[in-house]
Amino acid sequence: MEREPIIHIENVHKWFGHVHALRGVNLDVYKGEVVVIIGPSGSGKSTLLRCINRLEEFDEGKIIVDGIPLDSAENINAVRTEVGMVFQQFNLFPHLTVLENICLAQRIVRKRKKEEAEAIAMELLRKVGIPEKAHNYPAQLSGGQQQRVAIARALAMNPKIMLFDEPTSALDPEMIQEVLDVMLNLAREGMTMVVVSHEIGFARAAAHRAILMDEGQIVEEAPPDILFNNPRHERTRAFLSKVLH
Amino acid sequence: MNLPARDSAPLLSQKRFRDPWWLLVLAIVLIVIALVVLQPDPFQRILLFVRDGIQVTIYVTLVSFALVLFLGLIVGLIRLSKLTLLRGIATIYVEVIRGIPVLVQLIFWYFAFPSLVQDIGRSVGWSPLMNYRPNPVAMAILGLTICYAAYMSEVYRAGIQSIPRGQMEAARSLGMTYFQAMRYVILPQAVRVILPPVGNEFITLLKDSSLTSVVAVPELTRRGREFMAASFIPLQTWLMVSLLYLVMTLLATRVVAWIEYKTRLEK
Repeated sequence: MEREPIIHIENVHKWFGHVHALRGVNLDVYKGEVVVIIGPSGSGKSTLLRCINRLEEFDEGKIIVDGIPLDSAENINAVRTEVGMVFQQFNLFPHLTVLENICLAQRIVRKRKKEEAEAIAMELLRKVGIPEKAHNYPAQLSGGQQQRVAIARALAMNPKIMLFDEPTSALDPEMIQEVLDVMLNLAREGMTMVVVSHEIGFARAAAHRAILMDEGQIVEEAPPDILFNNPRHERTRAFLSKVLH
Repeated sequence: MNLPARDSAPLLSQKRFRDPWWLLVLAIVLIVIALVVLQPDPFQRILLFVRDGIQVTIYVTLVSFALVLFLGLIVGLIRLSKLTLLRGIATIYVEVIRGIPVLVQLIFWYFAFPSLVQDIGRSVGWSPLMNYRPNPVAMAILGLTICYAAYMSEVYRAGIQSIPRGQMEAARSLGMTYFQAMRYVILPQAVRVILPPVGNEFITLLKDSSLTSVVAVPELTRRGREFMAASFIPLQTWLMVSLLYLVMTLLATRVVAWIEYKTRLEK
């Protein structure tokens, strides 16, 4: 693993009005690493993730992604093209077909030709297992299929980092695994991933590090086996006892 | 910039567009034709007299509406932006315009505004301004545009706000700029939402164009009044004028319904 972190988060604070959502978060993520963040709702884990590509502004501290500090508007756009994001609600563009969803940003941001963009899109659709849905509209797909398209759409931009914001929380139980399988493959290929998720199975199988956040702070970070089996902190234990039943 | 081809996925319902209300348009047209053919005096005389008025009505309405669509979008986007000063100005514009009757605004632009220009011309001693004479059609289009753009900006604003925030976030997280996201992601969806209210605005504008008759625009209503003054047959004159407006508004309603059908998404 390289010494220079690909994501460097230093003493980041964030307020929503009077709510102190992030209270001095420090985190380094290295190239090829898979980091899973867990924690109770309202703990700031999604906010932290959204700060990494500046969908959420932070009030204090600094974040450097792939050597680019998140400060100017140009830098933010530069970072966003390097960082793919997958949302809980998929956020596919409902007025475009699956193929068009994956091609749009390739063409207007990456300036790829139509044939090239479509070839890349079809390859990614095969990778996520639904090439036959290329010409369907998102509303005609199941939740699991939509989320796989969303992953393909993000991958089409050749990101160096993928962020997942509770990617399976909005899915019916029988569709969770198909999305996790795609994510597992991605992790095996060496993609740098930061995943907010309560899928402990995925964390055990793919994560190098698991992090527990609570009240805007990182409470504990450790390899998943250690964090889930022998947590050091009482708060981690309390949270895990609820999640693991 | 071309988007990926749309025709590759014609997933709109293949059912043909059946709209029984076209029959109503047809019926009104047939009544007009019947009146003109069966009773050429006075109906054919009226129609020939107001014919150029119909053209002016259509011209004023279409030109104003094209400008309204454009200006309304700009004002709507400004009202949604974070540019505090501009947003404040846009909000004042919308609130002021919506609080003044259209008729008063039209009179203002045709009578009051030119006299203001002339006063300024006199005080600076510049004869082109002193001798400024307003063009009725241009001032009517200006007045209608400024008034309706205020209403239209609210339609756009509501339409854009009805698109879930995640759409903008997804577009931005893919590296699109704000304007790319607006153009390729938000507006194409918002347009489908706002089509019915936009259609209503168009029809209201078409009807309100009759108000420009008081500011010297030779459109349908004014031509009707002129004919009545010359002929003293108010009943037939206003029957004909009413039917002509009805043909135009019902036709516009059907066209909007057809566009709505064509652009809807398969659910």
